[in-house]
Amino acid sequence: MFTYLVRRLIYVLPVAVGVSIICFLLVHIAPGDPLTAIMPVDATAEEQAAMRSAYGLDKPLPVQYAIWIGKAAMGDLGKSIATGRPVADEVFTAVRNSLLLAFSASVIAFPIGLFLGFLAGYFRDTIFDRLVTAIAITGVSVPNYWLGIVLVIIFSVQLGWLPSMGAGPGGSGEWTWDYAHVRHLILPAVTLAVVPIGIVARTVRALVGDIFSMDFVQALYAKGLRHGDVLRHVVRNAAPTALSVMGLQLGYLLGGSILIETVFNWPGSGFLLSNAIFQRDLPLLQGTILILSLFFVGMNLIVDVAQAAIDPRIKRS
Amino acid sequence: MALKRLKGAALAALSVAVLASGSVQGWAAGTLRVGMTAADIPLTTGQTDQGGEGMRFMGYTVYDSLIEWDLTSADKASVLIPGLATEWSVDPDDQTKWTLKIREGVTFHDGSPFTAQDAVWNFEKLLNPDSEQYDPRQSAQGKSRIPAVASYKALDDYTLEITTTTPDATLPYQLAWILMSSKANWEAKGKNWEEVAKDPSGTGPWKLTGFVPRERAELVPNTAYWDETRIPKLDKMILMPLPEPNARTAALLSGQVDWIEAPAPDTIPALTGNGFEVVSNAYPHNWTWHLSRLDDSPWNDIRVRKAANLAIDREGLKQLLGGLAVPAKGFLPPSSQWFGNPTFDVKYDPEAAKALLAEAGYGPDKPLKVKALISPSGSGQMLPLPMNEYVQQSLAEVGIEVEFMVVEWNQMINLWRAGAADPSVDGSQSINFTYFIQDPFTGLIRHLSCDLIAPNGTNWGHYCDEEMQDLFNQIKTTFDPEAQDAVLRKTHEKFVNEALFLMVTHDVAPRAMSPKVDGFVQAQNWYQNFSGITIEE
Repeated sequence: MFTYLVRRLIYVLPVAVGVSIICFLLVHIAPGDPLTAIMPVDATAEEQAAMRSAYGLDKPLPVQYAIWIGKAAMGDLGKSIATGRPVADEVFTAVRNSLLLAFSASVIAFPIGLFLGFLAGYFRDTIFDRLVTAIAITGVSVPNYWLGIVLVIIFSVQLGWLPSMGAGPGGSGEWTWDYAHVRHLILPAVTLAVVPIGIVARTVRALVGDIFSMDFVQALYAKGLRHGDVLRHVVRNAAPTALSVMGLQLGYLLGGSILIETVFNWPGSGFLLSNAIFQRDLPLLQGTILILSLFFVGMNLIVDVAQAAIDPRIKRS
Repeated sequence: MALKRLKGAALAALSVAVLASGSVQGWAAGTLRVGMTAADIPLTTGQTDQGGEGMRFMGYTVYDSLIEWDLTSADKASVLIPGLATEWSVDPDDQTKWTLKIREGVTFHDGSPFTAQDAVWNFEKLLNPDSEQYDPRQSAQGKSRIPAVASYKALDDYTLEITTTTPDATLPYQLAWILMSSKANWEAKGKNWEEVAKDPSGTGPWKLTGFVPRERAELVPNTAYWDETRIPKLDKMILMPLPEPNARTAALLSGQVDWIEAPAPDTIPALTGNGFEVVSNAYPHNWTWHLSRLDDSPWNDIRVRKAANLAIDREGLKQLLGGLAVPAKGFLPPSSQWFGNPTFDVKYDPEAAKALLAEAGYGPDKPLKVKALISPSGSGQMLPLPMNEYVQQSLAEVGIEVEFMVVEWNQMINLWRAGAADPSVDGSQSINFTYFIQDPFTGLIRHLSCDLIAPNGTNWGHYCDEEMQDLFNQIKTTFDPEAQDAVLRKTHEKFVNEALFLMVTHDVAPRAMSPKVDGFVQAQNWYQNFSGITIEE
């Protein structure tokens, strides 16, 4: 297991470096100018040149990359061009808020998805199976930003039960687990949970259905195992793939909630990223993408290790 | 792309669904909660960022300038009034030398007095990179606003002398940009602007008592403000960045904010149908096509320029914008003090347009083809895609075929800076770039001055005309305000009579608010006065 873990950790390094190069290049290839965010549009060419030099944007790209990655390796992601605040502070605050949202959505989505998927797989080709499949396909197909707007209209505007935006009455800096704050979390978390519910349910349904039709299940019954024991084998065989899907979904939830965070004005990494893109705030953009990709890589690593722990065949391969 | 779809879907959904919504709840207790369009709290240290909105909410609230804009009237055009300087005059013998009398008895929020030395200290903060207090962030915002300033000195505590590089009568307008921060506070914060940002100190009617970056800022009244008529009546004002228009509207409808800036036109019926008030007023903004005047540009022919201006049904466009627009009659809004009496009537007359095009050699067999640079969104651009498509259709009806080059807003700014001759604009012969046109320089001079041809300045189209240059020079050398206004009117008349732009419309700065909000007077200005506002508890 230790060797496996070390091997997987070594794989993470080139992936992280590759991600950092790609994200650096992508943000530089995009047309636009980060100075737009910090200078009046009619600033003179001379003033722009001075500012470009002050931010090191006049240096060759490889030099800029080397400086950036060198500092990033030491934990210094630089300062946002648009706000002047340290990127690390901005990103970690936003990631913390996104994690809060992503984990809340996961807590809603994964049990429901697993439960529905398992039942649908178990009762395959029954009316219940078809109902769950319909729910799952709807969940995956409905644009979640649209759903978010509909939920806001119903629960915030019409009924006035839940707030439509923000991360608490005093902002995310004062987050506590009381109702005044948690009510801000409900609508975005539910909206965000809809897609993973569908994906997890569909995956688990297919897995459980397939496993039940495998020869070894018949063999287990033939050996005289009780139904409950057979189910345990089915679950154990389905777990690695289900875990992998849930791990990836958690990664997507964290990095892929730009639209939801925009709809609900949730001060998370997606919201930060979208603002950084529009402002061409290169340090902020690079820092956010890097942290999110490292988180994604980290999630994959955790899932891989967990899979290996559950299923020894993976470790051997 | 998804964000664009989101916007469309959301506007439609909100408009339809919210019409039927019921009562609105709120919990304000003397607190006004404002949803801004900005994505972040504007820079708090003095010279603000985030454009006009930054100055509106974090500039003229927390700070003062030496000379300010009068924000008290909704009916008449906004003019300059004394701020931290009570009077100013230019030396008749040396018209580069200005003397300003500093208002006595003014203190910063930290209690330190404001003197002429503080004004000098603030100029150094922006203009002198060798000074201890030089702040690149504030300099980036402020330096380009005061190009005339060459030097400055305090003659005594309450007398400031400013010398300009050349005689420049627009200096008072330039000074209205420059906001005064406290030296004592900067020193108390370890001479560190990042620390000042968390707890700034100005002389303005509001004090910043705290902010969470990207989420909220809280302002409370400065009860010791030097102008008693502008001491805020509210207990508190909370500013929240809400860049997404639907999130802003939903926040207002659900009672999370009491006021939103720039509601999307599609949501106006839903807002007014639910008892919310939508206020708007003319202000110095325009939505035009800035035309290329390079040698090969078809816009060099005045008949073509006039024809295009006569081809647009601006009333129809106003309907498209839910009534939230002032149809252009010139480059400046008709209510501007500098509008004058142009002889060319900017109106909808397609037959006259066709006749002018025929005279210029174009017709059904030989349509005029032009290429126009536009963006799908952008600060102050109103609804650029449908509006440009409307203009395209209008022009097509008189025989002008428009091909669009569409670029994202940030890139658009670069192409605007680059100018019509730059290869990056790919032969485009116009650019749809909305303008802040509040003072003589930003309103008129910067667009057409020969010495500001892009990329050295903001004359995108490379226009250069001796008579116009002479008028610009007169503006700068006419020190009597009334006489200067007369020159400005004459200059604007030339803008219109020669149809130097495709003049389409002006924004009206709509803002929606809860019926509990009272006492707001929307000045014809980019900035506003929030002191007279009250809120029903």
